[in-house]
Amino acid sequence: MLPKQDVVAMILAGGQGSRLGVLTKKLAKPAVPFGGKYRIIDFPLSNCVNSGIETVGVLTQYQPLELNEYIGSGQPWDLDSMTAGVRVLPPYQRSRKSDWYKGTANAIYQNIPYIERYSPEYVVILSGDHIYKMDYSKMLAYHREKNADCTIAEIEVPMDEAPRFGILNTNEDESIYEFDEKPKHPKSNKASMGIYVFTWKKLKKYLEQDEANPKSSNDFGHDVLPAMLKAGERMFAYHFEGYWKDVGTIESLWESNMDLLDPNVPLDLSDDSWKIYSRNPVMPPHYISKEAKVQNSLVAEGANVYGEIDFAVLFSGVYIAPGAVVRDSIIMPGTRVEEGAVVQYAIVAENSVIGKGAMVGQRPEDMKNKDEWGVAVVGSDCVIQPGAVVPPKAMVDAETLAEEAQKK
Amino acid sequence: MSANKVLGIIFSNIYDEKIRELTETRTMASVPFGGRYRLIDFVLSNMVNAGINKVGVITKNNYQSLMDHLGSGKPWDLSRKREGLFILPPFSNGNSEYNTRIESLASVNRFFQHSNEDYVFLSDSNYVCNIDCKKMLESHIQTGADVTVAYRFGRIPEKYADTVSYEIDPDGRVRDALVKPNIDGACNYGLPMMIISKKLLLKLVSDCVSRNQYDFERDLIQRNIPNYHFNGYEFPGFFRSICSMNDYFESNMALMQPKVRGELFTPERPIYTKVRDDPPARYGLGSHVSNSLVADGCEIEGDIENCVLFRGVHIGKNSKVSNCVIMQDSQIGQNCRLDYVITDKDVVIKNERSMMGFQSYPVFINKGSIV
Repeated sequence: MLPKQDVVAMILAGGQGSRLGVLTKKLAKPAVPFGGKYRIIDFPLSNCVNSGIETVGVLTQYQPLELNEYIGSGQPWDLDSMTAGVRVLPPYQRSRKSDWYKGTANAIYQNIPYIERYSPEYVVILSGDHIYKMDYSKMLAYHREKNADCTIAEIEVPMDEAPRFGILNTNEDESIYEFDEKPKHPKSNKASMGIYVFTWKKLKKYLEQDEANPKSSNDFGHDVLPAMLKAGERMFAYHFEGYWKDVGTIESLWESNMDLLDPNVPLDLSDDSWKIYSRNPVMPPHYISKEAKVQNSLVAEGANVYGEIDFAVLFSGVYIAPGAVVRDSIIMPGTRVEEGAVVQYAIVAENSVIGKGAMVGQRPEDMKNKDEWGVAVVGSDCVIQPGAVVPPKAMVDAETLAEEAQKK
Repeated sequence: MSANKVLGIIFSNIYDEKIRELTETRTMASVPFGGRYRLIDFVLSNMVNAGINKVGVITKNNYQSLMDHLGSGKPWDLSRKREGLFILPPFSNGNSEYNTRIESLASVNRFFQHSNEDYVFLSDSNYVCNIDCKKMLESHIQTGADVTVAYRFGRIPEKYADTVSYEIDPDGRVRDALVKPNIDGACNYGLPMMIISKKLLLKLVSDCVSRNQYDFERDLIQRNIPNYHFNGYEFPGFFRSICSMNDYFESNMALMQPKVRGELFTPERPIYTKVRDDPPARYGLGSHVSNSLVADGCEIEGDIENCVLFRGVHIGKNSKVSNCVIMQDSQIGQNCRLDYVITDKDVVIKNERSMMGFQSYPVFINKGSIV
């Protein structure tokens, strides 16, 4: 028997993230690189450690290889302790009733034995696709103080954006009386952040009930939470103020990276008391050459910049050749932008090459038809031929490029 | 090569007195270098990259920063059940603390006795290079030598410490060695790396001790050349020893050359160091950067030219910083002018300050100073 842990965190990291298109073709969404040296999952993992939560399960299902490798023993996050630490939890075969994770609630249900080993009082459910810094220990204290069965973190969003979120309608004491999933006419602007604290005994009961219901889609938002509310359990909203972004789409991923360049955005990565940990590449400091022009950018170690960058996020080992221009773009690890190439409003994934004089993406102000504008995306391991053009909003991946080359 | 055959020994306090400014609060081995490294990272990574997985670091004094840097040895993959990293602080066996390599080797005799390795790779820590130690060991084994010393051909660098020049046969056998020679032109001068069998090393050390001879170059190398097979291994690659403030400054500046970086930081043999989890460097509006090496965690609002910036350095608006080495977490305010300045860690330069050194005499600012 393992020592008791008061709190166990479970990070849902199994989704495909299909809205990120080519970026998640071979990669689970939480493993997508972010902010020059991180991956998305570094944020919930670091939040856990910084909040004093030392037992973390990561539920994986879609393309888990790179994510597994990245998490490894958990050492970069100090999660390699003897009795607690991080565990990667894929679905597995059992003597009867084996299945893939059918939904978020089912994923937790299948891992009841893992959670029970620690006999926790509380379980924190987190998503692997949000960028934010949050002290879960404060939310847990709130949960205890309210003597709640379930506490849901909530952030105020602009009223006109509220229809895109799950909205929490609360009484004066912050208790929840209604869930409004993507309402056309929202009553409030309190959006659920997909961060839940449950009293474990209660959650276990509802997970078992949910599993027994053949009509259920086994999802927290659709099934478990409404069932708890209907049964009159104590459910509270926990107000969060600060930076929080769901990076589930190309636009939001791009925006969130660009937010790091804006000194007015309240997401400070250099705060020593709340570090975001990651697996660090073994590379020398980055080099900026004599002829380079660098402004408003984030540059990671191992990069070599000989060209011009403005509003760029460069990951480790990126090479920007003389005369190349990168503006308003994200260039992921190991990618080369060759001489004279121009990359604007684009995300270029790992280990790609943008050939000499190629054009990737375009500025919205240079577009005749604004509706056709969007962030251009180049997948990992792509070779964009010299002089080629990748139009705005386009998504290119290595396999289709190879097929096209064959046809010619 | 069998990974377990070689034991690494690093002298961490070697030549501390050569750059007193930098070693006032630390060992030579823990002198910060190249934006994110400490000097010991180079020799330690070279050993690890050659499959050496047991390394003893001999310390004498001021080794707090070194221990803090090395920790359990995890970043070099030396945190192991079998073998790993051993820090060897002074161990008194009756007499006072040691001063020379020979004395220190004699005092860690017990560590040698408990090691199963056949060979010992001895090295100082006051240099920067990326050498394939595997090849040097291969040469040692192939030639059947008793001792293999590394050397390079060229003019002896100014202020080079404890120079030994070798007379070497075409087959690599060392015929003679001159200690602190007065040679004007090019010669084969020794690099501070040596491979020797553990048995022979212990014998030579105890011979020296029993005769009260404690000069490593004269008593252990020079005297024994007629008696044993000394083999020379030439290392022609990038090598800089740090024996003066000028060496330190010039070696940092040499990293601006793509060829040097390519050789020193080759992906085949990476240089490992302690991880600090800083965010990537951030360049603000109106920043100008030219020919500089910048580590993670820096925030740059001003102008920098020909600089090496360590982790967590801030350069304020309208400040012009050129030809400088700015160490970890130093803060440069607004409207400052710095030229040929080396700041140690945690230095604060307030707004409107200006300081100028010269290429041959960079200004040095002590750790934690406020200007």
